[in-house]
Amino acid sequence: MLRYALRRIAGSIPTLLILISVSFFIMRLAPGGPFDQEQTLSHEVRANLDRVYGLDQPITVQYARYLRALSHGDFGPSYKQRDFSVTELIAQGLPVSATLGVSALLLALASGISLGMVAAVRRQTSVDVGITSLVVLGLALPGFVTGPLLALLFGVYLQWLPAGGWEEGAPRYFVLPAITLAVPLAAYVARLTRASALEVFRANFIRTATARGLGWRRVVWSHALRPILLPVVSYIGPAAAFVVTGSLVVETVFGLPGTGRYLVQGAINRDYPLIMGMVIVYGTLVLLLNLITDLVYGWLDPRVRHE
Amino acid sequence: MRWTHGMTVDRVTDLRRGKLVSANAPTAGSVLSLERLGVTFTSPRGVVHAVRNLSLTVGPGECLGVVGESGAGKSQAFLAALGLLVPNGRATGAVRFGSLDLLALRAPELDRIRGAQIGLVFQDPMTSLTPHLRIGDQIAEPLVRHRGMSFAEARTRALALLNQVHVTDAERRMRQYPHELSGGMRQRVMIAIALSCDPQLLIADEPTTALDVTIQAQILSLLAELKRSRGMSMVLITHDMGAVAGVADRVAVMRRGEVVEVGSVGAIFKAPQHAYTRELLAAVQGTSAHLSTAVASHGAAVLDAETAAGGAAIPETGAAAAEATRLAGTAIGAVAHADRAGDALGSRVGSSPTDNVAGLQAVSSPTLVLDDLRVNFKIRTRPFGKQQTLVAVDGVSLKLAAGEALGVVGESGSGKSTLARAALQLVRPESGTVVWLGRQVDALAQNALRPLRRDVQVIFQDPLASLDPRMTAAEIIAEPLQVHRPELDRAAREAAVLRALDLVRLDRELAGRYPHELSGGQCQRVGIARAMVTQPQLLICDEPVSALDATVQEQIMNLLAELKRETGLSILFISHNLSVVRQLCDRILVLYLGRMMELAPAESIYSRPLHPYTAELLESAPIADPDIQPARLARALLGEPPSPLSPPSGCVYRTRCPHAVPLCADRVPAWEEADPARWVACHRWRDLVP
Amino acid sequence: MGGSIRACGMSEAAAESTSTMSDFRRTPSLWSKAAVRLRHNRVAMAAAAVIFVLACVAIMGPLVSPYAVDSLDWDRLAAAPLGPGSHWLGTDRLGRDLFVRTCHGLRISLVISLVSTAISLAIGVTWGAVAGLVGGRTDELMMRFVDILYSLPYLFIVIILTTLFERGSLPVLFCAIGAVGWLTTARIIRGQTLSLARREFIEAARATGLSTPAILLRHIIPNLVGPIVAYAALTIPQMILFESFLSFLGLGVQEPLASLGSLINDGAQEMQSAPWMLLVPAGFLVVLLMSFNLLGDALSDALDPRDDGGPRD
Repeated sequence: MLRYALRRIAGSIPTLLILISVSFFIMRLAPGGPFDQEQTLSHEVRANLDRVYGLDQPITVQYARYLRALSHGDFGPSYKQRDFSVTELIAQGLPVSATLGVSALLLALASGISLGMVAAVRRQTSVDVGITSLVVLGLALPGFVTGPLLALLFGVYLQWLPAGGWEEGAPRYFVLPAITLAVPLAAYVARLTRASALEVFRANFIRTATARGLGWRRVVWSHALRPILLPVVSYIGPAAAFVVTGSLVVETVFGLPGTGRYLVQGAINRDYPLIMGMVIVYGTLVLLLNLITDLVYGWLDPRVRHE
Repeated sequence: MRWTHGMTVDRVTDLRRGKLVSANAPTAGSVLSLERLGVTFTSPRGVVHAVRNLSLTVGPGECLGVVGESGAGKSQAFLAALGLLVPNGRATGAVRFGSLDLLALRAPELDRIRGAQIGLVFQDPMTSLTPHLRIGDQIAEPLVRHRGMSFAEARTRALALLNQVHVTDAERRMRQYPHELSGGMRQRVMIAIALSCDPQLLIADEPTTALDVTIQAQILSLLAELKRSRGMSMVLITHDMGAVAGVADRVAVMRRGEVVEVGSVGAIFKAPQHAYTRELLAAVQGTSAHLSTAVASHGAAVLDAETAAGGAAIPETGAAAAEATRLAGTAIGAVAHADRAGDALGSRVGSSPTDNVAGLQAVSSPTLVLDDLRVNFKIRTRPFGKQQTLVAVDGVSLKLAAGEALGVVGESGSGKSTLARAALQLVRPESGTVVWLGRQVDALAQNALRPLRRDVQVIFQDPLASLDPRMTAAEIIAEPLQVHRPELDRAAREAAVLRALDLVRLDRELAGRYPHELSGGQCQRVGIARAMVTQPQLLICDEPVSALDATVQEQIMNLLAELKRETGLSILFISHNLSVVRQLCDRILVLYLGRMMELAPAESIYSRPLHPYTAELLESAPIADPDIQPARLARALLGEPPSPLSPPSGCVYRTRCPHAVPLCADRVPAWEEADPARWVACHRWRDLVP
Repeated sequence: MGGSIRACGMSEAAAESTSTMSDFRRTPSLWSKAAVRLRHNRVAMAAAAVIFVLACVAIMGPLVSPYAVDSLDWDRLAAAPLGPGSHWLGTDRLGRDLFVRTCHGLRISLVISLVSTAISLAIGVTWGAVAGLVGGRTDELMMRFVDILYSLPYLFIVIILTTLFERGSLPVLFCAIGAVGWLTTARIIRGQTLSLARREFIEAARATGLSTPAILLRHIIPNLVGPIVAYAALTIPQMILFESFLSFLGLGVQEPLASLGSLINDGAQEMQSAPWMLLVPAGFLVVLLMSFNLLGDALSDALDPRDDGGPRD
């Protein structure tokens, strides 16, 4: 298992490199530079700035420099926010985004799986219909709709939770954003779980387990649960991707200082190092998640381990 | 309300527990009694009555065999009895087990009986065991649940059970997962699980269908032994009359949800009352009749009377047949030729085709020649593990004469299907040559092969899957014409399709139907029509009847025999079933793990097999005769086929061969000519066969 | 060994007892059967009706209302719905009639999603089908490419694309959104093709001598149409979502054009004082998405019936 993991990590590095390179060149090739939006600068000032940031060098040289800096863990300075390096910016924003993302993901998985299982066990009863309707609704409620609505309801009218903003270490600011982010995800997970459960319940080995008189609790828990979760586990990768992009909206709506806005702002401002930093963080996250997903999948399904 | 296989989620309180009467005192007479049982399924398409008004009993210590073809409802009846129906199924009537009515029980109460007093064994061991739990745990579970043992105690008992069912290397197996075991072993594990709590009754639902014939014999033998040693009652549900003949005491014959006849096994087989029973027996015994007379005289080296009688006529019929074949070519409806051929052979319709072999081979050039064919596959056992080479076919050579039918027989892992695909150039061989009608094809590109495919056609195992579900039968049959005879206009194509339909005796009205609206036999006929529409000279059949009911098998085999006679078609017939090829084939090749074991005329294979593996195949093939089958089962050998990834050194069969000696491990036996037209690869055949 | 496939379609007896038919007359094809199943699904029919109604409203609405999409009504800024002056759904901050604006937004959303779906299907289906059928090295390379693209944050690509070109130009949006969708399509279609290619009737077609393009055309694609249609119906709402998402961020459609997403963005900013500005477009969006999802689910059920519920025998 360990060897498998190491080999996978080794295999991901080329992908990461390609990712970095492609992003780098796309950014550079896009028309416009980081300083275009400033007030019109005199020629000398522009030339100086270019020189300081190394933008006057040929592109291949810039590329090599960047890679060298990367290997030291240095993402470079932010072009736009001159007082900060990219590393600092990301370090500031990442904990917020990470907390938001992880809590949303966990919430979505917990609620989605439970709802899906209940719907499957009580298929074609009113409970099932109810849950399925909720799912359909949830899938149609994107973050930018739910967010404002929830903020309006709970933040303004009922005043139970803050409608936005953020304070260091105050979890209540995360509640509404996490729920907003989790809703469409939970709906999808519930639907996935329900479909998977229905299939597994029809399987031969469930019939055998039932025939052994083990009782429905044990059948579901020991025999059915792991195969049911397999498609859900496969979905965690895309789910995380969804959370990352969705957090952008949620952070905007609720005013959370996360890393989401860096991506948009950075692209608009051509803040190359910032964007590269975000791309790398994001790419690494995705690859890491894929690896974890594969490992968990292998644990759940022994056939993958051996054959 | 049920969400799966008879499980409910109502909460049954402990009060109900108290009301449950002990089921340990069966009423006199029967252990299990189905009374006026009915099973229906509701679907958007309507209500299906799978079982009607069924009444059966199983006595103490007896084995009841329930036979019938597919759709007879035999499995459904017993699944319903144990509350294992799919959610849209309903059962009516009563099922008495001891003093209880099983149908009236709710799931939690049923759970106390299922697995504890009634054990179940299902059909497909691959999908019937939970893939992510270890074997040992799966056997121990019912013990913990029903007997209140601790896990440690249960595991010890599980080990003992594995030994009882003859699982080798039981200690190691306990910690393995189901996918690491072979089919036969998995079925043994299923049996061990079913037996774990010493049930009074064991219900086996088609326990051997998915297994190789040698393993089938082992499993049936095990069941018979267990019945004897434990005094257990048994219900054996199967479509295989031979299996029933070997194990059952009483037999119930079912058809379309009803019992048509019940009786002791001797009465049913020897003196069937109902027409359907007779029909079933005829279909089965037709193929195994030759087998039984041949096997009965096995070891006595008595030549079959037929061969002796036919032998004298060889020169005349041989020459006439050869000439007729040459003239007939492959023209469908070339009546004159067909008549001539028919005259020469017509009087010998039911006789052995062996007579023609020598004559044919002498006159016409072979349709298909395979020379030292070797086919490899690269596979990975782990997702990122090393790549290993699997040798599927290892040095197979054969010559198929015009108008001859050659049967290739082997079990799973023998490489017979791969051989068929290599012969068709759907898979490229690693080495060796393939020659179609005199042209070497193994080096040709697919484009160059295309026009040649007109003369070489194939029919597959799964009749439904080999037809495109979105095309009608007529379109399917017409397709080869669009490739090979593009010059034909619509009218000519339609005419050819109609002719093909007539050839396979398929009703013309069915031409507009889609495959899912046709029965298995009809689907297979469409497949044959598609193969024959270009008037090929060679037909490769990859287990075309394995998935069909016995009566339909008989029909299709007869059809193929007729086609061979009428058109002089050469046939390469792949099968795992020695009895089935008997009717059709002139010669038979036996494969094991990709290597040739024996090649001989059909007659002599059955009467006097030279290779120990052929003998084992014959011994394992079930015979629908209750007088001899039980004894044959008792002699079933143990042993599992080795993995094709690491074949044994020397003779690959030596790990299962009762006559193996050290020499067999050192040297690969040579392919030698034992008699004229008989070849065998065995070091010891001279010693073993009188 | 193969005995488990004992009953294909019908038992022998049942097949015999069906009445005779004239030569070559077709029985109901799989398509018409699917259509029947769909028609019986009341929820699906309701969803389809809703979509139809919404589309009609989107097209006809502005023609019926007395207001133009950009006419400013100075007297009624941010007026509530059903107030005086036939602003049925109220006005926005600048006095523009909300109903008309929403209709335009609907139009834009529908058009963008349909075109993007078409683009993503065209690319994705071809990519996936070729990869699945050809297999081997080509397949590996093609899917590797998809994998790498997958790990790029698609938002990033879209942002770059939109900043490369004139912001808010529709053709760019079509391509950007469509380009994102084709990745998943390619994966799914490849999976379907792989499982199709393994089926015996494809082998039979090869043995008959059909060339690979012929197999693709005559056997694979017709059998893929079902899953493709069902998948398309489920992709459209995703496209609508994505476009709205972009517009919400300010990267999509620009003023004075409006899409549901930008309307919601505007509405979110005023939601405390004029909640209808948020609720109206949001309501339309949610209803639209729900209908498409329901219809898509029903379509995939109709075309690929699983839970028919016969005996397993």
